[in-house]
Formats: sequence, C-alpha cells, structure tokens
Amino acid sequence: MDLIRKMENVSVLGAAGKMGSGILVLLSFEMAKLKIGQKEDKDFVLNAVDVSQSALNSLLGYVKSQLVKHAEKNIVELRTWYEDREDLIDNDEIISQFVYDVMEMIQTSTRIETAYDSQLIFEAIKEDKALKVKLFSQIKKNNPDAWFLTNTSSIPIGEIEKEAGLKGDIIGYHFYNPPVIQKLLEIIKTDHTNDDLAAFSVNLAKSMRKIVVQSRDVAGFIGNGHFMRDALYALKLAEELAKTEGWAKAFFLIDTISRDLLVRPMGIFQLLDYVGIDVTRFILESMQPSFPNEKLSHAALNQLFDNEVKGGQFADGSQKNGIFKYQKGRITEVYDLENAKYVPTENIEMDCAALLGELPTLKIYWKSVVRDVKKADHLKKFFNELHQIDSVGANLAIAYGKNSKAIGLMLVDTKVAESKADVNTVLQTGFFHAYGPINDYF
Amino acid sequence: MNVLRKKIYMLAGYNTISMGTGRNEFHPKKPRPGLEHYIQEAGQATLKMIGGAKNVDEGVIGNFMASRFNKQANLPAFLPMIDAGLKYKPSVSVEGACASGGLALTTGMKSILAETADVVLALGFEVQNSMKAMYGADVLAGAGWQKTRKEGHAYFFPGVFSDRAGAYYEKFGREITRKAMAKWYCNAIENARLCKTAQEFHNTNMDLEGTANTPVNPRAFVDHLNVFDCSKVSDGASAIAIVSEEGLKRIGLNAKDAVEIVGFAHVAADITQKPEVMTGLTTMKVAVEKAMRMAGITIDQLGTVEVHDCFSIAGIMAIEAIGLAEEGKGPEFVLEGHTSRCGKIPVNTTGGLIGWGHPTGATGVHQAVTIWEQLTGNAGEAQIEIIKERPYAMSVNMGGDDKSLVAVVYKRGE
Repeated sequence: MDLIRKMENVSVLGAAGKMGSGILVLLSFEMAKLKIGQKEDKDFVLNAVDVSQSALNSLLGYVKSQLVKHAEKNIVELRTWYEDREDLIDNDEIISQFVYDVMEMIQTSTRIETAYDSQLIFEAIKEDKALKVKLFSQIKKNNPDAWFLTNTSSIPIGEIEKEAGLKGDIIGYHFYNPPVIQKLLEIIKTDHTNDDLAAFSVNLAKSMRKIVVQSRDVAGFIGNGHFMRDALYALKLAEELAKTEGWAKAFFLIDTISRDLLVRPMGIFQLLDYVGIDVTRFILESMQPSFPNEKLSHAALNQLFDNEVKGGQFADGSQKNGIFKYQKGRITEVYDLENAKYVPTENIEMDCAALLGELPTLKIYWKSVVRDVKKADHLKKFFNELHQIDSVGANLAIAYGKNSKAIGLMLVDTKVAESKADVNTVLQTGFFHAYGPINDYF
Repeated sequence: MNVLRKKIYMLAGYNTISMGTGRNEFHPKKPRPGLEHYIQEAGQATLKMIGGAKNVDEGVIGNFMASRFNKQANLPAFLPMIDAGLKYKPSVSVEGACASGGLALTTGMKSILAETADVVLALGFEVQNSMKAMYGADVLAGAGWQKTRKEGHAYFFPGVFSDRAGAYYEKFGREITRKAMAKWYCNAIENARLCKTAQEFHNTNMDLEGTANTPVNPRAFVDHLNVFDCSKVSDGASAIAIVSEEGLKRIGLNAKDAVEIVGFAHVAADITQKPEVMTGLTTMKVAVEKAMRMAGITIDQLGTVEVHDCFSIAGIMAIEAIGLAEEGKGPEFVLEGHTSRCGKIPVNTTGGLIGWGHPTGATGVHQAVTIWEQLTGNAGEAQIEIIKERPYAMSVNMGGDDKSLVAVVYKRGE
C-alpha cells in the first residue's frame, strides 16, 4: 500500500471547529514532512471543509500562527529541509518559506463535494450520528477508496460504519483538546476496520508523536467512558448536599474536593464548564443507547442547560460562564440552581471550609506534584492521611476516589480498555491527572 | 606604541540591569523599555558622578546591531539625548560585534592620547529582546562572515562554539572539559547572585550543577552545548568616563577613585578565514600579549580578570589564551577552583556574560565598570580582596569567533 498516495489528497470535515482546526494543523505538519522534508514530487492537497466560510477564513490565521510556532521549534530540522535553497539564508527567511509552502497545500471549501477527491477523510463535525452517516455515505458513493478517520468521542464507530456502508474503511481517531498540544490519541477499531487502515492510523499517530491508546468500540470509549461517569457521580454527590446546603455550596464543595483533595488539575464542575454543559449533555445522549441499563443523564444538567448555563469557550480560548463565573481563569462566582443566579464564592467560602471539616495537614498541589519524580511518595502520604480523617471533606473525597477507581476497573472488565495501564494513561495524558484512577490510594 | 605617552584613567562606571529571562521583572510578552531608556539611564548615572555634561568633551557609543534589533542607526545622535548639555559635542559610534563595547573604550582612550579630549563619556548598549532568540540568532550571526551563514547552524554562534567544544573534547578529553564547563556555569551564577544588576541575580536554583549538566539536545539546539553553556539574550547599557589627568582635575575627583590604564591592545583578524586552531583563541592570545607587554607586568600580578565567556567553552579557552593555563589545561585550572571568587585569580566576579548578562554592545564597557568597581572597592556584595602582590586587573572583550579583540590592563589610580 502506498501511504504517500493516501496522503496526497486529504480532507478535514469540520475543519474550522476547535478539534478540526487542530487536526488540520497536525496533518499540515505531516504533509510538510512528505512534500518539503522528503521532497516527494507530488501535488499535495489538504482540504479544510466546513459549513462556515467566515470560520474558514479565521481558521487560516490560526493555521499560520501554528505553522510559525512549529517552524520556530523545529528550525534546526527545517534548515536541512531547505539546504538546497541558496536564496534562503536566515531563519526567518526559511520559516516564512515553510509557512508559505504549507499554506499553499491547504484549500478551504464549504462544499462536501471537495472531499470526493480525497483518499483520507478526517471528520470532526458535531456529535450527530445521522449527519456523519449522511456525509460519509455520500463521499463513499463518489469515492469508494476513501478511508474515514472520525474524531467522535462518544458515538460507536461500528454503527456509523454499518449505516454509512463503509465496510471496514473507518476507524475512530479521537484527539484530545487541543489536538496540537495534547499527546493522547484514542484509536478505536470496529470489528471490520481493515488492517491497512489500522496500521496506517498507528503509523500516522507515531509520526505525529502521539501517545496511542487503543479502545474498544463502546460508546464513550475510555476517555469519556470515565469522565462522563465521574461527572455524573459528582452531580449525584452535589444533589445530595444541595438538599441541606443549597446548590451553590454543593457545586463549590464537590468541585473543591475533586480538585484539592483528589489532587487534580481542575475541579469536576470546572471541567464541565471547560467542555461545555451542552457538549456534555450531547455526549451523554449519544452514549445512552449503548447502555440501556445505566442512567446516563442528570436532572441538574438538564436544568442548567434549560437555564442557558452552558459553559464552553470563547474564540480566544477564554472561559464562558457556566456552573462558575471566572475572572482571568479564577473562579469568582458559583451558580445557585434553585434560585437561578450566581453567588460570589467569597460569600460561601468560610461556610464551605467549615463544612469540609478537618483536612490533611500535609498540603500537596497538583501543579507541584505532577512533574515531581517523587510524586508517588507524596501522593501516598497525602492519601494515607486522608484515610485517617473522619470529616465530611475527607469522607466525600475517599468515596469520590473509590468511585473513580470503580469506573476505571469497569472499563477494563467490560474490555473497553485493554488494560488498567491504558485507562491510567488516558486519564494521565488526556486529562492531565497526576495519577491514574486505578491505584492503591483508594 | 609600546608605552602609553599619557596617563589615562577610567571612573564613574555604571551598569543598568541586564534585562532578560531570569530577571523577575522580565515578561517576554509585556512592553519593555527601549534603547533610549538604557542609554539615558547609564549615561546620566555616569554624568552625575563626574559633575555633569559640562565636563564632557566628547562621547563614544558602542553598539553591535541596533540597526537590526531596533531598526535604528545614526547612534551618535543619541548622545545629546542623555543630557542637553551634550548637544553639539562630538559623538561617534563604534561597532565590532560583541567587542563594540571594548572599541568604545579604545576609541575614548585614543582621544585622550591624541589630546583631543580630556573627558570622554564611553557607553555601550544593546537591546535585543526585541526578537525571539531564534530570529536574534540571525542578527547575531552578523558577527561572523555572512557568506558562511547558510551552512551554519540555526543558532549560528552556539553552533560555532559547539564545533569548537567538540574539537576540544576530542583533543583534550570530553569528561574533564564538560566538568569544567559545568563548574564555569556554577561560578558564573554564584557570582551573579552577589550583583543586583546581574541577569541571574534572582537565580535561586539549588542544584546548579545538575542544571549545568543538562544533556545536550541536538534536535532542538546544538551538538555539544546545552543552553546553560551559553550567555543569554540581554537588554542593557554600561557607561564609564575615560579621562586624562587634566580631566580628573576638571571633574574634581581623586585618582584613587579611578582605575589607571596601564596597557591596552586592539587587534582584528580576517573574518573570512576559518580559525587557525579550533581548540584555541589565537587572536585573543595576541591581544592579551600586546596589552601585557605595554603594561610591563606578568600574569602573576593580575588580581582579577573579566573574560568574554559568551559560552562556557569560550571562557575556558580564554583562560588558556590569557596564559593562566597551558593549552589543554584550562579545564583543570577551572576545576581546581583557581577562577572562582576565592581562587587565586577570581574571574568574572559579577558573573561574566553567562551570569551577569551579555547585552552584546555593552559587554566591553561592562567589563571595565566591573574592574573599576573591584579595584576601587565599589563592588558591594561582590567585592573581592585585591592583595598588594596582585594589584592589576585585565578585561578581554571578543567580537565574533576570535575576530575583533580588545584587551585592557588596569590598576587602581594613585
């Protein structure tokens, strides 16, 4: 199989979106390796396909800025790529030429027909199975050789395959946000995914220097399989607390516990804001049919959505209001669900601290512990102390850690993940946790 | 000229902060002061110590690449910006890459010798954080022959000295050389921590040796040097007054407040030629020998030296070029502690280029200021003891790969 031929014409569907734009950038790096680095004498085309022309226009600005960053970081290698070009002497001349050469390969389009010429279709449109099926079958009809790599994080790939008649020419290629930075890539084969496509996917991921975890084709896969259930458990704990303390304190407490006492980079509700309440609901809805015996929804989530509390980010990457309001990335206010209004966190902080009660004397922070070589020792000491304390905060934290571990083990038992290590890799690299959910701390 | 025909003094030295990564005040994405600020701060400080602009006959400004870092030329016309009292006085700018500061000193000294001036304000500056390091590397590559830029490394000068380090490893042993380079870095940071204008003044790293031994990463940088073997990107200015005996009287200061120049040399080598030997700095050796001959002293009489350690390996080679150690014995000399602040000849007592900083066009003047401070007891926390058997000091300023060299020998004024 000629892999280079496969890379000659590639389309990214949903290229102007958050994930699509990152995937486009990564693919442009790969094409540059072939066209400029290996001097393949072919015409390479990278189609950026999206419904919005204005979004595609601003996409090009993002791609350029990423190409410059990439070129600056790899200037040593780039100079060798352009060593025959006597007119390019300074680093800035080489970087400009590189950006120009790569941009020349990228073409924007709002028409799905553009993808008919592509051997590879990367898809990062919204999580709408019917739409994915429609587009894929349309392309397949016009280009029987096309391979499909979908970024879906929740829809079973096998269902798309079957409904779109792709017969093994599809694989799950789930990047984490933002794709250019995030090292993790979940690869999901269906029962029929053809071996060439599977091998190609892994090789491409290696070339992109991603950490690959193979997940079974079960809705949610490993990443969302854990995250969604973790979030639902948090909502359940909050709901219980809200009965006596009200929702504002309940949100604030569980968020604090899941961040500070679980030593995670952000609290669970801040993470929901980051992902988006609407997106979270969407993911849960697309997972639900695969788990008829499990309730994958929560009334509070629906109520938030109905109250227009949606989270997500602005185009510049700053956080929109969600369960929390933020100033310069710091939580300043928290949403009181029953009264549908925000409450300044400083009004409830003291009460919440009193409610949490006794906490470990040893203070450890995710930021300092995550890269510490003695991380395991620090965490062990901290969680040991946590176990010995009988306070509301400590008990909730232990329960939370145990539940997170149970979700992880379930993913292994149901063979969604091949191993415990894979679950831990996903949470540590994809979610930046300092330790995996399957551990001896809980 | 084998002997100085007239007494020359330097005094009233001043260094701005060497601004760049490492300083707490430095934020790469926030606006920073421009070259005007640095020229003014250093110039005005020196003027204040010598009774104001009225006492100055002329000015010399050393700078390497303001034309590219700041898109600014006609630098002599910045002299009157320092003080209105300098308007209509002669002003000149000099360039010799990283030896531009040293050239500002020799140019000033020659005005004194030529008796066209009794008080010269010599100033050097560079403001180079205007560019990211990788683009700055293109600009700094101008210190080498442009026709070799294409074949050179993305980080051109680190590449040049990486090749020298590689050659040195091969000839004299990698392990001991690497150890000495690490020691060089540790000395530089420890000294810089004693000088509040130093770029590494805020350095609180507990494991300097570990940092110094960071493995090389040829994918992202050069083959034989890590980034800690290199001086950083700096913004800064230094100023000093160069005066005759008449000048001293005019400004009303005592010779004891000054250093007296007892010898100096300025030599240039052909920029289009490759180094004669990769493992030694032959042009520097010539400059040092000439300056020492004019001073009529021996190496054992030197109490401290400021050397041009743009790279740790350059510092070690400088030790050999100066004659403190034989060829190939520089690493041993450094490892035995002779160059550290309590050693027999403290080198770069405020951190040198690696520790204090390397605002390229300022460095030569900065070296003179440091020596003036040390010999006159003005070095504050960084003060070393100057014993009477070793009353002299020397500064060696290098432009490019051993191409433009200035060596100056000093003693305290009497």
